[in-house]
Amino acid sequence: MATILEKPGFNPDRKYKVIGTSPVKHDGFDKVTGRAKFAADIFLPGMLVGKFLRSPHPHAIVKKIDTSKAEKLPGVKAVVTRDDFPELKQGTGGGDMTRLVMAREKVYWAGHPVAAVAATSESIAKKALKLIKVQYEVLPFVIDEVEAMQPGAPILHDYMRTKGAKDADAEKKTNVVERLDLAQGDVNAGFAEADVVVDWSFDTKPMHQGYIEPQSCVASYSDDGQVDLWCCTQAPFVYRDRLTQILKIDSSKIKIQQSELGGGFGGKTTFYAEPVAIALARKAKRPVKMTLTRSEVLQSTGPVSGTHSRIKMGCKKDGTIVAADSELVFQTGPYTGSAFLNAPQAMLTRYDIANIRTIAHEVVSNRPKVSSFRAPCVPQIVFGVEGVINEMAKKIGMDPLDFRMKNAIAEGHKTIYGQTFNRIGFVETLETAKACDHYRSPVPAGQGRGIACGFWFNRGGETAGSMQLAPDGTVTISLGTADVAGSRMSMAMMAAEEFGIPVDRIRATLADTNSLGFNRVTAGSRTTFSSGMIVVDSARKIIGELCRRAAKIWGVPEEAVTFEDGHCRPAGQNAGDFDPLSMKDIASKTTPTMGAISGHSEMNVTGAGPGFAVHIVDVDVDKETGLVGVKRYTIVEDAGKAISPAQVEGQFQGAAVQGIGWALNEEYVFGADGRMQNPSFLDYRMPVASDVPMIDTVIVEVPNPKHPFGLRGVGEVPLTPSMAAIANAVGEVIGIRPRSLPMSPPRVLKLIEEARAKGLLKG
Amino acid sequence: MSKKYQVTTTVNGDEYDFLCEPQQTLLDVLRDELTLTGTKEGCATGDCGACSVMVDGGLTCACLVLAVEAEGKKIDTIEGMADGDELHPLQRKFLELNGLQCGICTPGILVAARALLERNPDPTETEVRYWLAGNLCRCTGYDKVIRSVLAAAKEMRGA
Repeated sequence: MATILEKPGFNPDRKYKVIGTSPVKHDGFDKVTGRAKFAADIFLPGMLVGKFLRSPHPHAIVKKIDTSKAEKLPGVKAVVTRDDFPELKQGTGGGDMTRLVMAREKVYWAGHPVAAVAATSESIAKKALKLIKVQYEVLPFVIDEVEAMQPGAPILHDYMRTKGAKDADAEKKTNVVERLDLAQGDVNAGFAEADVVVDWSFDTKPMHQGYIEPQSCVASYSDDGQVDLWCCTQAPFVYRDRLTQILKIDSSKIKIQQSELGGGFGGKTTFYAEPVAIALARKAKRPVKMTLTRSEVLQSTGPVSGTHSRIKMGCKKDGTIVAADSELVFQTGPYTGSAFLNAPQAMLTRYDIANIRTIAHEVVSNRPKVSSFRAPCVPQIVFGVEGVINEMAKKIGMDPLDFRMKNAIAEGHKTIYGQTFNRIGFVETLETAKACDHYRSPVPAGQGRGIACGFWFNRGGETAGSMQLAPDGTVTISLGTADVAGSRMSMAMMAAEEFGIPVDRIRATLADTNSLGFNRVTAGSRTTFSSGMIVVDSARKIIGELCRRAAKIWGVPEEAVTFEDGHCRPAGQNAGDFDPLSMKDIASKTTPTMGAISGHSEMNVTGAGPGFAVHIVDVDVDKETGLVGVKRYTIVEDAGKAISPAQVEGQFQGAAVQGIGWALNEEYVFGADGRMQNPSFLDYRMPVASDVPMIDTVIVEVPNPKHPFGLRGVGEVPLTPSMAAIANAVGEVIGIRPRSLPMSPPRVLKLIEEARAKGLLKG
Repeated sequence: MSKKYQVTTTVNGDEYDFLCEPQQTLLDVLRDELTLTGTKEGCATGDCGACSVMVDGGLTCACLVLAVEAEGKKIDTIEGMADGDELHPLQRKFLELNGLQCGICTPGILVAARALLERNPDPTETEVRYWLAGNLCRCTGYDKVIRSVLAAAKEMRGA
């Protein structure tokens, strides 16, 4: 039988009953009443409070740690340091991971954990931290990624050699983790054909994912070595496997139950406190809760990569882009893991460009290790790319949307990374943007309008889930992917559609890691797509079993039974004259004799549909202060098929406002001492409600034929063009297109002065 | 161990006695001693609004109030917002209009929004935005949050 991957059963003419509606989320009720349990809301009998001691130095050798005084403080039940974790070789995946959660030879950023305490109260734990004496040998440090690449820069890791380095560089000690070259065609020949060339340099600052829920976990360790862990995570199974790797505990002895997740956006794909809480619980023989403070979250959990880039592109007078040549540099913090490969692959993918050369570098420095964030490493570079594209359009006097349309890719396009696209909706998205009210309306006086486009691959990957039909005819779904914003409801809706029953007869829950096979992290905009495939596949298995049992009850062959609207029915007039059997009829009747009816599915899901978006933004700029105000914002994006349109809009809107924060205000500020200067929500200022307008959305639906309902991921695409669109709009107002993020008032004021001096400033 | 203080207070209409250390905040006590965990901690510095509660009818960040200051006070938290099984119109509108995603900021926003509607039953969009400027949300971009508040206000006015 063909699998769902080979035969998804997508039918463009299918009329939906549940999909495309926006019912109230099942998890919503607990969230508006305060009943929902996030990780920090979990309490176990005898639970202790765990706290980290962190390095004040950005780079130092840890000579000696004396915990004896802390251990003697009444109420302290355990203290752990590097000695409580198995040694794993530096520079390997496991070696980096264990050093991220607890420093070994050296500390690599101001905030790097060096010890942790578990005590009967928070105040005792804090007192104990002050009694731990750490002897450091302070080393020179480097924060900026470009400085870290220079000869003579302090070297973080003696063993590091640049992967992919050319010739002489290959054997040198370095902070450059990897150099990556991606090319097609001949850029020199391409530029020779160009009538217009734009060659600009850009830089962006790291921002934080900014989830409102700080990381929290509760760990217990039984006398026979069973670990129970409750935590907020996007990746319970990945956490389990990594815990096995760095703590040397069998996976079968680690049970992780994900809690409600108070925001992640990529930042909760890596653990920080979990291994340490387990080590403390093992030593204390009592459960331990560790919750990070907001300043710990900002100083020591992954922000995104700051970047430097140079992007040169050329086009002909008719608008054809003929070449793109780029050099990119990405921060990664002290260890590799920025996913910077995404940038060369995605930065231009939406335009048909024959000649491309991209060189990308990932660089270590003494800042917190970066983590994923919505389309990791792509929005920062699109900020540059879409600026260069706008400038080319301007130079040849072409409408910016028409210019993009001229170069837009469609079905059959072969990407620079080797994939040939199935049906994609970029052209439809551009057409919809051009026709939308926002784009057609005149730009209000004194304001500027910017547009930009973005792309994200959308992912599939290893996914497992199960579905159970209860004797009363209701259905439960066990999911192994995390629910970051409402995917449980989307799963229930897809199951309801497949069964033809009301969605309120279905409940989706988040299973623990003992209950299902491996699930990859909830990231890459893969969950609604991948777990959705599992759900539909499981539902089909249940439907098959229902038909088999109905056939038995009726004494007819299986082919004589059909399933529709939650009922088994005779397939035709010749199949016999039987009253339809509901799911409840069959389940209640046959469970006692034939056992429960359930479906499960495990697969490496393929066939994710790429996504494209156009953002249209109007801004004004206060020319006295440099303050940028976003006045109108529209997102047009292809969702393939919106399972729950309200939730899809929510993804678009949330991403846009994160983009506004990244564009206008958010950044990491380091002092001369190498410490982060703004580790609080007061000084690291994310957009608040009064900073932003309503965010208009237009959902385009060009179905992904590889999914039964045609859906594409929607979580990441809507961030990719945001800062570019805002910068293009600011450029229209002040006469110079900003090339540095954030466009905070002092930076914009400088540009205004420059524009005034050059006679470019309008108004 | 620090000396502990006995505090008597009323939370959601019920009288509570608790013991607390002098440096513990009202938020610490609500969550850790009374296990009323609907009130969330996002920053503990009064910047995110996730711990918004009412103290004697005034909107307050519970992380900025010492627990000992709660002596004799009347505290209202998210757990007391619904009237039995009957959700407050704000709670209902947040559900109907998808005014929440992850839900961590939702209790604080609901408590703050109710405080707004009690003093201004007919706020403009701008007034809602400025009133809720002390409540950070990272998921929604605020659009559906604001729409939910405006829709609840309208319903409560009977308009």
